Order: sequence, then structure tokens, then C-alpha cells
Amino acid sequence: QVEQVKLLDRFSTSNKSLTGTLYLTATHLLFIDSSQRETWILHHHIAAVEKLPLTTSGCPLVIQCKNFRIVHFVVPRERDCHDIYNSLLQLSRTAKYEELYAFSYNPKQNESEQVKGWQLIDLAEEYKRMGVPNDYWQLSDANRDYKICETYPRELYVPRTASKPIIVGSSKFRSKGRFPVLSYYHKNKEAAICRCSQPLSGFSARCLEDEHMLQAISKANPSNRYMYVMDTRPKLNAMANRAAGKGYENEDNYSNIRFQFVGIENIHVMRSSLQKLLEVSGTRGLSVNDFLSGLENSGWLRHIKAVLDAAVFLAKAIAVESASVLVHCSDGWDRTSQVCSLGALLLDSYYRTIKGFMVLIEKDWISFGHKFSDRCCQLDGDPKEISPVFTQFLESVWNLTEQFPQAFEYNEAFLLQIHEHVHSCQFGNFLGNCQKEREELKLKEKTYSLWSFLLAEQKKYQNPLYNPDFSPELTLLEPNTVSFNFKFWRNMYHQFDRSMHPRQSMFNLIMSTSEQNKQLEEDIRELEAKIKQRNGQSDVVLEKEQEQTAYPDPVALKSPPCFQKEQPPMPVNDAVRTIEGSNTADNRYSELVSEFSKAEPAVVSLEYGVARMTC
Amino acid sequence: MEFAELIKTPRADNVVLHRPFHLAVEGTLCLTGHHLIFSSRRQDNAEELWLLHSNIDSIDKRFVGSLGTIVIKCKDLRIIQLDIPGMEECLNIASSIEALSTLDSVTLMYPFFYRPMFEVLEDGWSSFLLEQEFELLSSVTNEWRLSCVNKDFSVCPSYPPVVIVPKSIDDEALRKVALFRHGGRFPVLSYYHKKNGMAMMRSSQPLTGTNGRRCKEDEKLVNATLRSGRRGFVIDTRPLTVAQQARAKGGGFEQEVHYPQWRRIHKYIERFNILQESFIKLVEACNDQSHNMDRWLSKLEASNWLTHIKELLTAACLAAQCIDREGASVLVHGSEGTDSTLQVTSLAQIILDPRCRTIRGFEALIVREWLQAGHPFQQRCAQSAYSNSKQKWEAPVFLLFLECVWQIHRQFPCSFEFNEQFLIMLFEHAYASQFGTFLGNNENERAKLKLPQKTMSLWSWVNRPEELSRFQNPLYEANSLVIWPSVAPQSLQLWEGVFLRWNRPSRFLEEAEEERINIIKYNKELQARVNTLRRRLAELEAEGE
Repeated sequence: QVEQVKLLDRFSTSNKSLTGTLYLTATHLLFIDSSQRETWILHHHIAAVEKLPLTTSGCPLVIQCKNFRIVHFVVPRERDCHDIYNSLLQLSRTAKYEELYAFSYNPKQNESEQVKGWQLIDLAEEYKRMGVPNDYWQLSDANRDYKICETYPRELYVPRTASKPIIVGSSKFRSKGRFPVLSYYHKNKEAAICRCSQPLSGFSARCLEDEHMLQAISKANPSNRYMYVMDTRPKLNAMANRAAGKGYENEDNYSNIRFQFVGIENIHVMRSSLQKLLEVSGTRGLSVNDFLSGLENSGWLRHIKAVLDAAVFLAKAIAVESASVLVHCSDGWDRTSQVCSLGALLLDSYYRTIKGFMVLIEKDWISFGHKFSDRCCQLDGDPKEISPVFTQFLESVWNLTEQFPQAFEYNEAFLLQIHEHVHSCQFGNFLGNCQKEREELKLKEKTYSLWSFLLAEQKKYQNPLYNPDFSPELTLLEPNTVSFNFKFWRNMYHQFDRSMHPRQSMFNLIMSTSEQNKQLEEDIRELEAKIKQRNGQSDVVLEKEQEQTAYPDPVALKSPPCFQKEQPPMPVNDAVRTIEGSNTADNRYSELVSEFSKAEPAVVSLEYGVARMTC
Repeated sequence: MEFAELIKTPRADNVVLHRPFHLAVEGTLCLTGHHLIFSSRRQDNAEELWLLHSNIDSIDKRFVGSLGTIVIKCKDLRIIQLDIPGMEECLNIASSIEALSTLDSVTLMYPFFYRPMFEVLEDGWSSFLLEQEFELLSSVTNEWRLSCVNKDFSVCPSYPPVVIVPKSIDDEALRKVALFRHGGRFPVLSYYHKKNGMAMMRSSQPLTGTNGRRCKEDEKLVNATLRSGRRGFVIDTRPLTVAQQARAKGGGFEQEVHYPQWRRIHKYIERFNILQESFIKLVEACNDQSHNMDRWLSKLEASNWLTHIKELLTAACLAAQCIDREGASVLVHGSEGTDSTLQVTSLAQIILDPRCRTIRGFEALIVREWLQAGHPFQQRCAQSAYSNSKQKWEAPVFLLFLECVWQIHRQFPCSFEFNEQFLIMLFEHAYASQFGTFLGNNENERAKLKLPQKTMSLWSWVNRPEELSRFQNPLYEANSLVIWPSVAPQSLQLWEGVFLRWNRPSRFLEEAEEERINIIKYNKELQARVNTLRRRLAELEAEGE
């Protein structure tokens, strides 16, 4: 605990600051300012701590977080600062998984809830939803014991015609044994998205089993015998890999394939791109032109566009040409995950729902072995393995939500929250690099699943504009990827810099209004029930009034007059007349009532018919 | 002159209209004195496009065999293409459009011929009189008076006949001050901050020249706005060097020696051809769909448009800050005081004054700070981003102002009674309109053209309940606060509603906007219903007892 610490405003040019007390706990760094506002920073979120040269007011300490929060403290005494600095360095670097927050995090959930939480997302169920197994695709037990590929899940779907020897042979010809498997199956087009790693082709090597494997995939698609092989790397990188005995498919050796490079850069380029972006956006007193040229030089939006362009190419191949597509990069766990998951998101509206998005992440990222631990630096490791690949995926999705505001059940807060927890190590889902590792860590027993917590507070993540009928199932979402559609994601990279955001949030207002509407609908039902209790028939008239009001259609549908279930309707009596004749102070109101009851008497009986049937 | 003389081919059949993100349509093209009318013949999907000739910024023609193609670029930035069979017809039509879209006499413009199809409920020409404004002012302070010194436009040709000045300064002094200020634009009241009694004045540069001429009356006039012992701020919208250079041409700035109670701040705001070029570059960048990301960002940067937005917003915030936070009076001017000065004073009022964020208040602001204050609309808005004429007085000064309002609107979406469409509508009408409001360069010219008698006012149309409903912001909730926008580059955005309006499919965004409005409307209806039911229940309960 250190008192009299100043928290500086990151962007203020004057030295505006808050004074307060800094606490170090086992898991968090906590700052409480003089007005008792608390700032909590999880140690796992800390990406870097830096001590700046001593100033007259004290020793400045800058903490950069993985969720793009940057805090700037000034500690009065240098020794305190040094102590905090050292403690934070130690606390933010974890050597073993078992020391991560997830293993000590103890929410108020009992054991069965914990188990349920982990069962929430069932991938077998998901493949069933897609329509596999079927005549062409089957579940393979080849990797049941992680013998063929350690970084793949146990359960894999392959073409029926791909026998075990073909699988084994193909896996030997693929980097890290990651042979082609099913990622997504499009029921209507009978086309599949498959994923793998690069072939070990070098300059001329061939593998008959691998060629058979690809043929099996193309044959598993009755609507189009041609299949695309998308190498998501820039051509130059792929060619360079040949020297190391890796490389890409030779079109001549494989029948019926169309080979295509899509040019997404590797993890190192992405890492330094984000670094540059953060440098620019963190500059104080930034000019518009420095911002725009910095944005350009960072290449960040160019990379996002490349990822989304690749996904659009993939989705169109499936939806327009009914062609199956095999996607790979080098190891098939970074760019391949991005492109496969975004492609599926464009093809299948299920992934645009809250639950569906969880399934998508669980399938294409977690189960297929995106190395979350390495990429997000969960343990103290090789800094060259860190890369914002998953962040780019979330940003691509955010771009889609901006273009199609009504297509997604979830909102921006959902994406931000997932990003937060990918780095927080508070839940077990993203720990480790692959399923095998997760099983060894016994995560399902020792930690909790994020998804049940997100579902429990679903309300916060719902998009009030969501229209489930926006795109019928399996119709393609076609985003416009002209450069000007891509914007800097301020709410991600400046999430904690309040001064930069609109002071009035339209989004929050719509959120709370929509929430309030539900409450009001509830209130109306209650009131009407009460009125009905008091006065048998009056509700009929009221209900008619409701019918007559010009509600906007889509919303009005949400309020069925189901409150009548509670009470059996009573026969028409003098009640209506009583109201009409009563001395109500509100004249306009009684006028309306009489008008409507005269206009359409038929509605009354109809309503009653409905009510009786439901009772 | 008869328009018929200019129209050799009044009608052409089998013309094909191409627009981005629309299917090509075949139909008939008709030319009238003021409109280009295209109507499709298909009965199932009859469509008509009416385009004012004055909305046409540039026209290109080319031929493939006997099929002619005309590309029309409009001042509202839309681009359409017409394929016209027959070389002669095409040439005739193109030359007619060219002639009709560049009429040089104001009195031939459409507003002089337009007959409204609606009933005029309120004559917009007399909706916003300075006298009314003064009445409001005199209810809170008696330090100001209405002066008619300019009633025949002889003291300052670009000022309205009446202005508000400090009470202690008589008309004789005003005449002297006018001689000391560029174009006779002596300091007048622009805004009075009720909260603390501070005033914002605007004028043009003082004519100090190289020998440091001074004018006692001018000093007395500006000092009259100061509380005793308090200082004021002069916000000069030119950089210091430009202000110094201006002395050689007889202009200048307020020197400390003669204005000891005033602190001068130079806050540079770009003007004229630089602004126009910036506008042209931005529109070019937005119209090219083939740009890769790097090229798009570098083009956006090279246009400098967002820099101008940031600079202007910063200057306006500065003026507002001096008044509200420092409790100081402010005098704003550049050189002529008809462009950047008005941008700053009007934006500062948006920030400070909740009234300016209502529809009527914003209209009043435009009338007061732009039309009556003598912003030369006719010169500045004669051409838009596609014109090749490159006249030095053309500049999107008003558009830049509207965009700044939009930027603030985006940051405070519940603080404005009007919506984005209202701003876009004003942009369109400033460049081409059936109404006379934006014709002429100042009140003097408008009076000579007898615009109030001969043309319809935009406000007569806009303020009808039917039209108003289109421009209302459903999220609006009046608040009396000063709204300080963020001017960080990360907080500014390209005004897509204007610059990308024709360049991308907007259906999904429009539908989402509609849904937002529905949610708000539905909320109001539900609340009303809950109240009704509560009353009803209370009545029943009372009856029961």
C-alpha cells in the first residue's frame, strides 16, 4: 500500500491528476482516488511496466495492459516506486499454468454448476447442427488419443472415403501433422470448409495419400467437383518456406484443385503493426495528419481488410460456386483460424447469435489449437510468439457489426468482454495452447468456463437492434470491403480513455430504452391483470385500444396479449358501459375508449375466442 | 431570355440511367427550364428523377458510335450517367444542360419561378428578425441597444440594416469605427452568455496599416463589453505572420498598446482556395472505390479535410472556453470577418447555448450568424467539388461548419433537436435550391433582388409540421449544459452521410436507424399506456372503496 500516489490523465496536456492510494493484492493492482473511485488492474493484464526518470513530483510509473489500458502513476518516493515496479514485474510474469488466476478464482458456483458451465458448448452437437455425419462425412477416431496430431482435438470429421492410412499418410506430409479436416459444413450447398497446415512439399516432394485426401474432400461435395485451396499467406512467404522443406500445393499434382494465395501477413508483422498502432494512438496532442499517416504506416487496417477479404472470398466460393475450400497457412492455427471462422460467420447466421459465437470460438479457435497461451503471453515465454491474431478476428467481426447493425445478436460490449478474458486468465477456456494441454491441466475440474458467466449476464451483450429475420438461415452476408468502410476501433484501443468517447452514448440509450420497454410491457400486463380482476370486462376495451395504436410492427409483435391466461374471461356484462359513463377526469381517454368500442365490435369476440383457446 | 432557346432537344426516349448501387433503368429524359427529368416507363416500377439544373456541378460527354453518354456530377456530390441514343440529341442535351446549369443572372434562377404546392403557414422571411432576438436579450440585460445606423446599408454594405451594439456607443461613433474596420464591419454582438453576462463580438480586422493607426471609438466600443478590471480575448483566425503582413495592405490587428485589456490569440483557420482544394481532394478520394487501404488513408490525410475540422472545432472550443470558463468577453475576427469568423462564432454558440441545438434555434443561428452577418453564399457555393472553374472565392466554408456541427452531434446525440438529415438538407439547399434563402451574398443584395417578395423562404417549407417530422431527432432531450466536444483525431470521423452517401449501399444502416427510432417511439407509447392504466386502476380502486 502506497499513499499519495497520483494517477495522471494519459492525454491531458496540462498535468491533470487524481491523488489516491495504491494497493497491491495477490491478483490485482488497485488504485482508489480521493473520491473513492476504484481502478482495478489484473496482474495478468499487465503487458509492460516502465519506470521513467525521476521528476520533482516523484517517480513516474507507466503500466501498459493487454486490454490497451495505459495508466501513468507518479509515486512520491522512489523506493516505493521501485518496490511496486519489482513486485509488478514478478506478479505479472507467471511461470506455471497452475499459478494463473483461473486456478484460484472462486466464484459462487457449486460443482454441478461448474460442470454445467463446461457442458454449455458441445461441439458434437454443433457438427450435428451443421449436418454431419452424413453420407459424405464421418467422425474419425484416428486422433482419439492425440496420436496423429497433438494440437488437434480428439474428434475430427473427415470424408468417408478417407481411410485411416490416407489420414496417417496425409498427416505425415503436413506441418505439425495437421492434416485436412472439416471445419464447417454448408448443408444447402453440400460444400465444406476444411483446414490444415502447409504441405511438406519443399521444391518437388509429393505425397499420394495427401493427394487422395484432397480428392476425397472434393468428392465429398456432390455439387461441385472443383475445390479451392486457399493459402492465406503472401506468395513470397510460402515460396520461402519451400527451402525449409515446407511450401504449398502444386496444382499439377492434385486433381480438381484451384490454388489461391490471399496474402495475410504472419504473426510477427501483425505484432509490430499493433505496436505501431498503439504508439500512434497513444501520442499526446496528436494531429489529424499524424494520426492518419500513423494509421497508414502501422498497416493495421490493411491487415484487417486482408483478413476480411479472405473470408469473403471463402464464403463466396461456398455460397456462390458451391465449391469446397481447403484453407491453410503455415501451421494452420492463426490465419487459418481467422479465415475459417469469419467465413463461417458470413455463411451461417447461427454464428451471429450469442451462443453461436461462443460455439464458433470454441470450434475454430480453442479446439483446433490456436495457441492462446503463446499468443496472449499467459506464461512468461518467448515474446516473439505474442501476436494479436485473435484481436484481429474480433475487430473483423466488429467491422461487420458496423456494416450490418441488425444482423448480430451480440453487441460491441460482448466482443470487448471476450477480448478482456482471453487475456485475463480468469477462466479456463483460453488457457493453454491446445486441447491436449487443457486436458492435462484438468481445467474442467479446476477452473470455470467463461461462457456460463457471459450467458448469465446476457442482457449486457444483447444488441437491441438485432433482427433474427435479418438474414434467413444460411444466406450469405456480403460485406463491402472498400477501404473507406474500415474504421479505427476506438472503443477497443481507447476503451479506458473516457475523454475520447462521445459524452452521450446513443448505444447505451437504445440499450436501456429497449430494456425499459420490456419492463413496461411487463408492467402493462400486470396492470391489465389487476384491472381485470377489479372489473371483469374492462380489459377487453383496453386491449382493443392497444391494437389500434400505431405500433411499429417489429416491436409490437413482441407483446402478445398473453396475460389473459391468468384469469378465465368473464361474459360480457355492463362493465364496458360503466367505464364509458363513468366520470373519468381524463376525457380524451374515455373518448378513445368509446370510439374504439363502436368502431370494431368484431374484435371483441375474436379476442375472446383467442383467450378461451389459450386458457 | 427564353429558356426554350436553350433547349433544342426537349425530350429523348430510350435513355438509360446509371447510378451506383442501382440497376440501370431505361426511360424518357425531358429538359425544362430548370429541371432535368428522367422517368422510367416500366409500369411496375415507375420512377422519376428530378434534378435541378442549378444542382449540376459539371458535365462530361463521350460517344461510342452513335450512342452518347453524359456523366452528370452534382453539387450534392452524386454522380449519374445517362446513355442517350443519337449523337445529335446527345450533343443538344449536353449543351442545353451546360447552358442551363451555368446561368449568370440570379433572377433567372429557379427560386424566382418556383410556385409552392403547399400552404404557407408562416412566412420564413420574417421568422427570424433581429428585433425578436433583441427583445429576448433586453429581458436579461440592458447594456445593449439596437442600432439602425446601417438601415440603408451605407455604413457597412455586408451588414444587415439593424445590429446590436453596446448601449454606451452612439451611431456617430459606430460610423467612425466602421471606417477603421475592413469593409465597414465594426464589432457587433454575436452572442450574450446569460450565465455570466459575457459577450462574444465579431468584426473584421482593424485597419491599423503600417503606421499603427488607432481609433479611439473602436477601443471604446470593444472595451464597453468588458467588466471593470477584467480582460477580454481577441481571437484572430489568422496566424500572427499573416496578420502582420496584412498591415502592408492597410489591414492589421489590435495592438497591445492600444488595447491593454485584451489578450490576442491567433488561431489559424484555413480559408478560400486551400479549403476548396481540400474539399475536391476529399471527394476524389471518396469516389475512388479501387483505393487500397494505404492509398485511401494517405489520400484522406492529403486532403487535410479532417485537419480543418479539428482546427475549426478547436478554435470554437477556445472561444467558448474563454467565455464560459474564463469569464471573459471575446472578440472574433479574421480579415473580412465573413467566413472563418462566422464559423467560430456560430460553433461556439452551438457549444454554449442550448437554444441553438433546437431546430428553430439552429435556424435562427444560421439566419443571424450566416445570412444576416453577410457570409457571401452566392460566391462560396456557386460550385461544388467537381467544378473546374477554380474561382478564388469559392470555398466550402458553410459545409465545413455543418460538418463540425455534425461532429458535435455525434458526440452528443441526445442534445440536438434536429437529426443528421437536417444538416444534409441545409448543405443541399445552400448549393442548389428552389428557395431564395441562400441566394445573394448579403442582406443588401437580397433586398435589391426583392427576394422576400419574389421567392419562397426555405424556412416557410421546413417549418411545416409535415417536413419538420423528418428532421426531428427522436433521442433529443433538452439539456441546458455547455457541451464540450473531444477534438482528438480518434474522436473525429469522416462525415459519411455526405461524402460516402452515394458511394456505398446504405440500406442496412437506414433500416437500423429506423429500428432505433422505433424503439424510442415504442417506449413513449408504452409509457403513455402504463400511465393510462395506472390512472384507470386508481379510479377503479377509488370506485371500489
